[in-house]
Amino acid sequence: MNMLYRAAILPLCALALAGLPACQTMDTLSEVGAGVAVATGVATPQQGQSIKKAGSAVGKTFESITPEQEYYIGRTVGAMVLNQYKPLDNKAANNYLNVLGQTLAQFSDRPETFGGYHFLVMETEDVNAFSAPGGLIFISRGMIRCCQNEDALAAVLAHEIGHVELQHGLQAISKSRMTSALTILATESAKSFGGQELAQLTEAFEGSITDITSTMMNNGYSRGFERQADSAAVTILQRSGYDPNGLIAMLTQMKKQLKPGGHDFAKTHPSPDSRIEDIAKLVGPATPIVSPAARQARFQAAAGKI
Amino acid sequence: MLQFKHVAAALTRRMIMAAALVAAAAVVTAAAATMSVQVKDAPVRATPSFVGKVVGALAYGDQVEIQQTQGAWSKVAGAGVSGWMHTSALSSKKIVLAAGQKQANVAASGDELALAGKGFNSDVEAQFKAGHKDIDFTWINRMEKIRISAAEMQVFLQNGGVTPKEGGAK
Ligand SMILES: [Zn+2]
Repeated sequence: MNMLYRAAILPLCALALAGLPACQTMDTLSEVGAGVAVATGVATPQQGQSIKKAGSAVGKTFESITPEQEYYIGRTVGAMVLNQYKPLDNKAANNYLNVLGQTLAQFSDRPETFGGYHFLVMETEDVNAFSAPGGLIFISRGMIRCCQNEDALAAVLAHEIGHVELQHGLQAISKSRMTSALTILATESAKSFGGQELAQLTEAFEGSITDITSTMMNNGYSRGFERQADSAAVTILQRSGYDPNGLIAMLTQMKKQLKPGGHDFAKTHPSPDSRIEDIAKLVGPATPIVSPAARQARFQAAAGKI
Repeated sequence: MLQFKHVAAALTRRMIMAAALVAAAAVVTAAAATMSVQVKDAPVRATPSFVGKVVGALAYGDQVEIQQTQGAWSKVAGAGVSGWMHTSALSSKKIVLAAGQKQANVAASGDELALAGKGFNSDVEAQFKAGHKDIDFTWINRMEKIRISAAEMQVFLQNGGVTPKEGGAK
């Protein structure tokens, strides 16, 4: 973990390989860089052409990341989460979480990601939940303890699906990092990557993972992103047929369990009260959750294993 | 003076590039009826709905003709399957699974083509793993294997008395 957090300050521009001393704005960089590279014989005219094209590609930032690349970023972000939190090795519990979660994801505005949505319980009393880009979602035992019924648990999962749908993780990657990565891609996309390009790309990859995990696990997303994720959660719950009051019920319970100064949702999310206030604007005054007996029974059976 | 010349040349180049982009955009619009599947695999449904019956599946890179759209759903036909697909599974870029040199040059602009397996890929993941032996992917691989079928989801909703808002299409 530490090793990554100290991570690699990247050469701001991958074009260092073309002998450029310092970074400039991408627009001029692509023009000048291509010229220099061709003139100095570092790049063929054809490569110079694709360096120029890199300039137009980088303007698009995180949207230029394909679902396939998002998938690879998400796998490593997920592995980093599990380096810090132990997974709960219980098949029945994880299966229940996946049936519920994957069903909910079908009702989101982004039901299809490259590798699909997958869920796992983390064996910790911390009140925490993380979603890696592409749909790997981790929920702590402590968080599940904040849920008294399936509708509340559905709300937790739907909030995390919201972060995936809106690509909040990818947006935590710094612009300069994205620029480096996209430049390497644009200049070298024809060939399979050789040693140097692969090393540079891996550096950009590591940096991207650090940007995402430090935002997700330490600093938290912006208030605006959290509000968006709650709003996406309400939409998912309403479409699927769960009671969106589940979100308010869960937050009310969470309020009792969060310890001030804790390294969990107390640190990375707005206070439950302020979230409840915003959600109430979307769903109207809180009403009690009525769970059919069969729904409550299966929830309790699964939660009992967690 | 020298600098001015350089700027002027850059401006001219930029204008030519802008004209080229406009031309390229026009072509893309005309060909918008064809899209590519941008996820590993995705269900094709009988109706444009989250609960629509699954009639088949399409895989990464498959190309489909868009026959009709309705909200976030597209009626597609291709690779021997036809039905409704959610647009989150589709890209207007042509996805090339095995790239040749010529295609790669076009793909660099990021507008018309996307090359599968480029960029952050399994090679980069392997390189990362080599540098971070303490990071374990066992559970990531394990959780990816948990896949719930559309039929299981239907049963789960019904047994729990959960009634989706958007219609009873099954
Ligand atoms: Zn959140």
